[in-house]
Amino acid sequence: MDYFTQQLINGLVLGSIYGLIAIGYTMVYGIVGMINFAHGDIFMIGGFIALITFLILISLGLTAIPVILLVVLLVSMAITALYGWTIERIAYRPLRHSFRLAPMLSAIGMSFVLTNYSQIAQGARVKPIPPLITGGYTLHESADGFVIRLSNVQILVVITTIVLLAIFTWLVSRTRLGRDMRACEQDQTMAALLGVDVDRTISMTFVIGAALAAVAGLMYLLYYGLVDFFMGFVAGIKAFTAAVLGGIGSLPGAMLGGLAIGLIETFWSAYFSVEYKDVAAFSILIVVLIFMPTGLLGRPEVEKV
Amino acid sequence: MSGEPILSVEQLTMRFGGIVAVQELSFAAERKKITALIGPNGAGKTTVFNCITGFYKPSGGAIRLTHDDGRQIALERLNDFRIAKQAKVARTFQNIRLFPGMTALENLMVAQHNALMLASGFTFLGLIGVPTYRDAEKRAIALATDWLKRINLLDRADDAAGNLAYGDQRRLEIARAMCTEPALLCLDEPAAGLNARESAALSELLLSIRNELGTSILLIEHDMSVVMEISDHIVVMDHGVKIAQGTPREVRDDPKVIAAYLGTDEDEAVAVMESGS
Amino acid sequence: MTATPHKTSNASRTAGIPFLLKTAFINAAIALVLFSLMVGIRTEAGSDGQLTYWTRFGDLAALVGAVFGGSIVIELLRQWIGPTGAEKLVPPAVQSGISFIGRYLAPALLIFTLLVPVIFYNQRYILDLAILVLTYVMLGWGLNVVVGLAGLLDLGYVAFYAVGAYSYGLLATSFGWSFWVCLPLAGILAAFWGVLLGFPVLRLRGDYLAIVTLAFGEIIRLVIINWQELTGGPNGVSGIPRPSFFGIPLDNSDDGLAAKLGIEYSPTHRIVFLFYLILALALLTNWVTIRLRRLPIGRAWEALREDEVACRALGINTTTTKLTAFATGAMFGGFAGAFFATRQGFISPESFTFQESALVLAIVVLGGMGSQLGVALAALTMIGGFELFRSLENYRMLVFGMAMVLIMIWRPRGIIGHRAPTVYLTKAQAISSDLVKEGHG
Repeated sequence: MDYFTQQLINGLVLGSIYGLIAIGYTMVYGIVGMINFAHGDIFMIGGFIALITFLILISLGLTAIPVILLVVLLVSMAITALYGWTIERIAYRPLRHSFRLAPMLSAIGMSFVLTNYSQIAQGARVKPIPPLITGGYTLHESADGFVIRLSNVQILVVITTIVLLAIFTWLVSRTRLGRDMRACEQDQTMAALLGVDVDRTISMTFVIGAALAAVAGLMYLLYYGLVDFFMGFVAGIKAFTAAVLGGIGSLPGAMLGGLAIGLIETFWSAYFSVEYKDVAAFSILIVVLIFMPTGLLGRPEVEKV
Repeated sequence: MSGEPILSVEQLTMRFGGIVAVQELSFAAERKKITALIGPNGAGKTTVFNCITGFYKPSGGAIRLTHDDGRQIALERLNDFRIAKQAKVARTFQNIRLFPGMTALENLMVAQHNALMLASGFTFLGLIGVPTYRDAEKRAIALATDWLKRINLLDRADDAAGNLAYGDQRRLEIARAMCTEPALLCLDEPAAGLNARESAALSELLLSIRNELGTSILLIEHDMSVVMEISDHIVVMDHGVKIAQGTPREVRDDPKVIAAYLGTDEDEAVAVMESGS
Repeated sequence: MTATPHKTSNASRTAGIPFLLKTAFINAAIALVLFSLMVGIRTEAGSDGQLTYWTRFGDLAALVGAVFGGSIVIELLRQWIGPTGAEKLVPPAVQSGISFIGRYLAPALLIFTLLVPVIFYNQRYILDLAILVLTYVMLGWGLNVVVGLAGLLDLGYVAFYAVGAYSYGLLATSFGWSFWVCLPLAGILAAFWGVLLGFPVLRLRGDYLAIVTLAFGEIIRLVIINWQELTGGPNGVSGIPRPSFFGIPLDNSDDGLAAKLGIEYSPTHRIVFLFYLILALALLTNWVTIRLRRLPIGRAWEALREDEVACRALGINTTTTKLTAFATGAMFGGFAGAFFATRQGFISPESFTFQESALVLAIVVLGGMGSQLGVALAALTMIGGFELFRSLENYRMLVFGMAMVLIMIWRPRGIIGHRAPTVYLTKAQAISSDLVKEGHG
């Protein structure tokens, strides 16, 4: 039971990170109807920028951890968001109303560009950082000495995720931007006719998605203590899997899917085999889609005849 | 020859969640006749069509198809493609569903898929090019050509279907359905969007299908001039139930139809009904 | 709709130098922010595991300067060419010219390909490259059945390539079966896996299909990596026998083909043999596909791409139609895989990554979905181009990715932008790809 609880905690933390990335996939899909294959790499870029900012701040002699965290968060969100904006502008906007596979391939190309850009710019080797946030709580200690631990990093990841989700939900449901986004999701032409700046709304979608991915990148860095240029690919397809599992286009679905994938992975590693954790996650995705072709929370597709 | 109607719908009910789109609807379509299903928008006509052609599974009721040889098929038990393949029911769609990137001729060839598939020995014999398949393909092209002639599109045979004019697309869709050699042809608003001349040509085409080929037709239509001119029998629906049926004359004079079909504005109702006479 | 004007281009037609400079400044400023940390600072883990960093402001300045200059050039080009930009780079006359040449290009290309080993007999590098290109041509033609004809998106095509390669590799190394026995088996096994993938995705559409096929490809790869007893895991399978000339080995022995023919042995013989082998396999794929298109099954595939609902209304069994498309495409992938294994003599999971699937898909889309000639040209361009960039080393994938983006913007519907009808009464007219649907995959 203790072991189970510990795995549950680990799974939820991992799931939170996947969920943050998955929101970016699902938002873009909802509005533009394309799979942004480069999103995983945006997450990776976010992780790198966070790492570099950390290094600079520490070498500047800053010691107050909360200040460092806040600055790193803001810098990596801002710069990564600009990456998201630029990529949309260069690689996707010219293909907005084109043949549907074209933006997808453009995105795959962009993903190659980002992966290799970061490999060239920062080298191929894994970049570790010393743990910034240490310590934690011992929740329970069983008779045979097994300890359930909840580390401070884990708490931080979950709290950040919850806060961001709250802000984000408020943004989509209450603000003018959110209303514009929902309008564009329904019908871009009509939204444009009613005075919604479609270009700007789509740009903002990419900006927000990239900013959330940057947060995920920072959380990943804090949690695992390292980044490398290739981490975007695996995290990207996991998060994409999460978005689809939850029902692509659905924001709560993305979070739910993220948590589901995180839990599946963690529990499979804990109870069966680490090697096959990804196989398990993908297999469950396939099985779920057989029975629920639009994912867990996706709107069922009504076939118009 | 069987004296039974080709299609008999009994107590057909279709629910979507809590909404009852069609409620205990019963009617029959006579063999080698044109039966029209009319009613105001949202009356549930297309839903009935989708039940008959297998796109929806009815919540209740029975749909029987009786072939010329007396063979009966329960359509509610077959699903999608089997209704077209085994029961020989063909249909068209309210918003045209051609294969726009394929030529008119190709559209008609696709319609003969099952016959050709058999002739090609499920692809294997066709792949090595056996003569029987080549003959079958020639016959299929001949049938398609014949239909292109009937609908006056022979000179557009090699043009993409998506490039044809709207009215031509409507006719091509009917020809495509006919190339499956159906026992029952279901047409969902074939005259929608056609001008008066095209409507007249359509009426002629449908009458020729009935008279020359003896195909039974079930038709949803809003264009009263077409309905009144060609129908042998009319079934009127409103809010998912049948409110009247009979010959065009009977239906036109039915006060219930006038009231329900065209709301309270009776003058307008009478005017529209009379436009069909 | 690539003509969707860039917001700035409306103004740029009238504005002069101040506008130009302003745009360039903004772009340079954006570049400065983007590159500031990623390029301006270089991090590296030191020997003690501690991360250190140093600055590279020179590189940063150069990059920002390049963006500044580049935006001026692009803006000038845009004003010169007109607001539609890339679209106009290929005038319609050239486009129709391409389709005219197309009629003679295919036979010319085929004749040239047949002569490649004669012309380049002494240039091993070119022969190897030609074999590589032909392998991708074959993969492209195979995937074209699924994506181009049936309109089903498949992001895991490399899985079938892997199944074919491992089928041959394992059967040959464990049981000593010959290539010619294993080749059909590899195709059949891959087709079987194609059907297996087909079943769960029957009801799926669009992006759901994309992720499931991608997941399938990853599952196959991960199983290969982890099932070490069978596949050798990351170490792969080595010592895979080279193909024989229908039983006669192509080596330096007394039984070898060279000895039997009484000519002097040369290792090039084997390369030439491999070349003609893959050419024959690719041409077989092409021939079968062209024939299938004219058979009811092929027309049903295309009809499925155009409108699935209409297919069902015409009595077409969409389930078997989709499954046969997956199986056929997978089978060709399996053949190509078996060839890959025998050519390399060694296979490992590294050869079957998502990048390969993406590359083959890019070939199909760039070729102009459904066009056989287009796919061949695209494979030649992509693989050949990729080789040309070999000297760029690390920058190769970067350039490759950029090229993918630019090509998509330039020609979203591929090199050959029209579809040839499968049957005609009087004259076969090419159908513009604007009318052709892309399927729901």
